[in-house]
Amino acid sequence: MTQEPDRQEREAQAATSAAPSTSSDGQATPALQTEASGQKPAAGTREAIYDLDDVGVAYGGVPAVREVTFPIYQHEITALIGPSGCGKSTLIRCLNRMNDLIPAAAVTGTVAYHGQNLYDDDIDPVQVRKHIGMVFQKPNPFPKTIYDNIAFGPRVLGMDGNMDEIVESALRRGALWDEVKDRLKTNAFGMSGGQQQRLCIARALATSPDVILMDEPCSALDPISTGRIEDLMLELKENYSIVIVTHNMQQAARVSNMTAFFTVELDADEKQRTGRVVEYDETEKVFTNPSDERTEAYVTGKVG
Amino acid sequence: MNTAAERSLSRKVVERASSGRRTKDLMFRLALLFSTSVGFVVLAVLVIDVLLDGGSRVSLDFITSPPSRISPERTGVAPALLGTIYLMVLCAVFIVPVGVATAVYLEEYADRDSRLSRLIEVNIQNLAAVPSVVYGILGLAFIVRGPLGLKPVLLAGALTLGLLVLPVVIIVSREAIRAVPSSIREGSLALGATQWQTIWKQVLPGALPGIATGVILALSRAVGETAPLLVIGAATFLLFSPDGLGSRFTAMPLLIFEFISDADTDLRAAGAAAILVLLALLVVMNAGAIFLRNRYERKW
Repeated sequence: MTQEPDRQEREAQAATSAAPSTSSDGQATPALQTEASGQKPAAGTREAIYDLDDVGVAYGGVPAVREVTFPIYQHEITALIGPSGCGKSTLIRCLNRMNDLIPAAAVTGTVAYHGQNLYDDDIDPVQVRKHIGMVFQKPNPFPKTIYDNIAFGPRVLGMDGNMDEIVESALRRGALWDEVKDRLKTNAFGMSGGQQQRLCIARALATSPDVILMDEPCSALDPISTGRIEDLMLELKENYSIVIVTHNMQQAARVSNMTAFFTVELDADEKQRTGRVVEYDETEKVFTNPSDERTEAYVTGKVG
Repeated sequence: MNTAAERSLSRKVVERASSGRRTKDLMFRLALLFSTSVGFVVLAVLVIDVLLDGGSRVSLDFITSPPSRISPERTGVAPALLGTIYLMVLCAVFIVPVGVATAVYLEEYADRDSRLSRLIEVNIQNLAAVPSVVYGILGLAFIVRGPLGLKPVLLAGALTLGLLVLPVVIIVSREAIRAVPSSIREGSLALGATQWQTIWKQVLPGALPGIATGVILALSRAVGETAPLLVIGAATFLLFSPDGLGSRFTAMPLLIFEFISDADTDLRAAGAAAILVLLALLVVMNAGAIFLRNRYERKW
């Protein structure tokens, strides 16, 4: 409860500090970009919701990803792409402290969310996840009714208000209301895969998060369901910040504003494989005029 | 020409080999069928034998009257049947919270690789294999006499049987909890639920059918136990039904033991009838477990 006013205050401060001019913004950005220097941010002011500084994750002492430094902007879609094993999923799980569930995982560096390091000692991961929703690779509805799936989050968080309205609003924002309004009390397992995934998105929206993390949300879906979820993401970014991990480069190109390309590097004696960011830039630039030849080889399909 | 000859030759080879294999296959299947039938035939012989001996004695009167040596033809099993049912309920009250809490701790909280939890795990596996008479001695030393000093009463019997089947309940509950996919836990935690909320509202409801099935099977084992109750000094031939936790008691297996070993033929027939009553109780419980498993089994 005490977190609420803090957060609003922070947002208000951030909003005023971000307001002034593009020049101050332009100064801040290049320092945070790793290998793509001199890139101008998109028109208008941008507020970084996350600032990643030298973030690394190791599982039982073996680094999975390291030296990740870039900002993630508010009300935009940020895509993390790269080959398997490059640490994209590991990284996205740092953004809401889901890595805490793996006892052997150790996170280094700073994951600043609205200026507050999520890995500070006094941060409760449960509080973090209230603000940052997550959608997983495989749709994971709870074995309950559609209604109870949506209501679960608001109930455990003790949210006030009419639950029927909360559920309807979340399902509308998840572009699912018209399909399910007549069968809210049926089991969610009876829905198609695409509907289940949109239910999971609506479920995340029901707790009114600021950020939605999506870890390959369409990898288990057919192209039509994928298209619907992409449309939904574009709608949602008006009100939410979205980070998406995807193996589908066309998807990253279609929906995202910023793209981070990761690659796997072997260490000197070629034993350990560690993920690193090669390039982080405007999506358009990454796909049409990348600064790094490894990015170019990957996005043009020369290496898979 | 050449190729056609080769083809017919190869066909013959194939046929000869397959007919030989078919005989082997048939023999193997018969051997399997025979093994399968052993258990079934033994059960059928047992049930038919008991039915012939005591089938005619089973009646409503039989399960509602007390046993009697004076008029063996009118003897009943009421105190033992009630004792068994009370034991079962008390035992469940004891093992469900303790067993499920242990399983939740071991599956959701304990560090699986730590020495302590490995030690606990090995211990539980071993406890499940300890002979029941040993639990009887434990119950006698610690529950009936010793620290608790309850005397051989209903509560002491229930606690002893509870200790006996607790490892089974823990093992089954752990399996049921482990069967709830981690994606459900992740989905719940990602919504900002605490670990406790996740366990209480997602994991346990998902594991409930499996836990309930395991508890029923554990109780049906407890209900059939004789040795530990004999060791703690439960009555065998009791004329009154238990009326409280501190009441003396008897149970169906004990009464069966008493009836069967009697010289009187009427009492021996009553023993057969009591076996039928106990078997019926066990069949009902196992059917309940199967029903629960089929009805609520989740396909994740």
